[in-house]
Amino acid sequence: MTNGNGDHRDGTDGGVDGGPGFASAASAAEAPAPQPPRLFALLLKDRFACLAALVLVIIGAAAAIGPFLLGELATEQNLRSTSLPPFTLENGWSFVLGSDSLGRSVAARLVVAARTTLLVAVPAVVLSLTLGSVWGMWAGYHRGWRESVSMRIADVILSFPSLLLAVVVLYVFSPSVANLVLVIAIARLPVYVRTARAESAELQSRLFVDAARTFGARSGDIIRRHVAPTVLPTLLTVATLDFCFVILTESSLSFLGIGIQPPDLSWGLMVAQGREELQTAWWTAVFPGLAIVITTISATTLASWARLATDPAQRWRLTVPRRRRRAKASTEEVPA
Amino acid sequence: MLAFLWRRIVSSALPLLVVILGVFFLARLTGDPANLYLPLSATPEMRAEFAARNGFDQPVVVQFFDYLGQIARLDFGESLRTAQPAAQAVLQAFPATLQLAGTTMLIAIVAAVVIGSLAAYRPNSLADRAASLLSSTSASVPDFWFAIMLVLVFSVTLNWLPTSGTDGTAAWVLPILTLLIRPFGVLVQVVRGSMVSALSAPYTKVARSKGADEKRVIFGHALRNAAAPALTVAGDLTVSMINGAVVVETIFGWPGIGKLMIDSILERDFAVLQAAVLLTALTIFALNILIDVCYALLDARVRQGVTA
Repeated sequence: MTNGNGDHRDGTDGGVDGGPGFASAASAAEAPAPQPPRLFALLLKDRFACLAALVLVIIGAAAAIGPFLLGELATEQNLRSTSLPPFTLENGWSFVLGSDSLGRSVAARLVVAARTTLLVAVPAVVLSLTLGSVWGMWAGYHRGWRESVSMRIADVILSFPSLLLAVVVLYVFSPSVANLVLVIAIARLPVYVRTARAESAELQSRLFVDAARTFGARSGDIIRRHVAPTVLPTLLTVATLDFCFVILTESSLSFLGIGIQPPDLSWGLMVAQGREELQTAWWTAVFPGLAIVITTISATTLASWARLATDPAQRWRLTVPRRRRRAKASTEEVPA
Repeated sequence: MLAFLWRRIVSSALPLLVVILGVFFLARLTGDPANLYLPLSATPEMRAEFAARNGFDQPVVVQFFDYLGQIARLDFGESLRTAQPAAQAVLQAFPATLQLAGTTMLIAIVAAVVIGSLAAYRPNSLADRAASLLSSTSASVPDFWFAIMLVLVFSVTLNWLPTSGTDGTAAWVLPILTLLIRPFGVLVQVVRGSMVSALSAPYTKVARSKGADEKRVIFGHALRNAAAPALTVAGDLTVSMINGAVVVETIFGWPGIGKLMIDSILERDFAVLQAAVLLTALTIFALNILIDVCYALLDARVRQGVTA
């Protein structure tokens, strides 16, 4: 998931680029000299968001490097070490999270599965975010028939049972990672189209967009230069939140047997396989689920932080109390 | 009001039609049922006879118009698997799903209103932070894993509750608990958010200044105004639950519509699949219109726009 983190960093940078333009447009009156928002410094100040980001970076790094180091360990069957219990070092570090009924290390399998899970989730989110926001901004900017046709299409996609779509793709094409990405991306497209459309429809009547139009800017350029930077922070927050949803969708599909197929591994598939051994080796089902929970909670935490940090009207919530707290802490430190 | 209803019906009918159309053609893309229902050694004549008997020898478009004609006569075809009428199979499974979804949503709404209002009453209090931690965690937990954990704790280890089936109250506990986590988490956040703004709104101050007691202020004034967004979200959540609590129904062996749908896809039982999707799509269609009407009745501004 170096990939994913790279995208996310790019995203926050996009937020920084968009920041000053947004501030000068929306709250020029209240903030005469808008401070350039340094998101990274803000992130370091928030303990929970920082921890969440750290967890996501570690998972990303594990998914990127792990399979090269632990790939063999994850598939190596050893019938002399089946169903080893977790949390003891008697069997060496590789079995610290126990082993399954074929004697494979649960820890190594978790790391390898992290890669598949992220290889589905990150491209799916990026794809639906890019397509959906461009489409939604275009529809919202032009209004009229382009808007209503787009909204009807979004309605249709939303009301279509996505499970059926997934099964069809599984039978008609191969159940590969790429096809799974495509199915999930299509199913999540309406979320971005709707959000981008609503924001851009409101923006296209604003004064700064009118001004750009008066200068004869083409509609594509106005969307790119004036509408997109303002809508982007909202869309990125939606995307971070959607990342959880996509991970949950992928794991449910894999759990039901219509997502990732063996011998590939994903966390959802591991839960499904562990379910068979619930009576004898509970850890094979518990740990992959915990991995999903930790990842999604981190993404949610980061999303709610990003919502505050990228919104100029809300950012004070992150800076003011912290400063006060820090000031208090430093006065307490002086006598000591 | 009638014009409003009519507009809603027309704009919701298009997705309904596309779903029926899409299911019909997509189902036929999943493969030839003959491969499943005839032995590997079946001769081409046997295959042709099978196709002719079930109408699969016609072009797909002709099959579709035949299907539309059958629907108009309320004939939904026969199950390939059990030779039972498809309508009967679907109508047997649907009540199980409806009961489960209804009970779950009722519990979720009541719990979310109580907890969300408590949290919103004193923002940033201990209760508020506990509620937001609880709700954000419950929205991040994969339901299939949660279900397995419940089975592990309450059925395998403690041996208190059955792992599957529908007999007795005990069998309902685990499926409902599993289904509850997602709507509960989402609804608590929505109720809390709208209650916070309702409790600081001018009309709440007016009510307090007139000496109304707190119970009346919270439930009579604030909650009534905060109910609209929660209603919309609750509607969406119910819709997704009707569309198939597939995971829960699979894990707990609940004989509902979600399990029926996935089984009939896997078994290429087109008639049952189409009937099931048609029934859920119609239910969702009706539910959406009902929610719009409730929304209009609840919000005076929308109501005026509707009646005018």
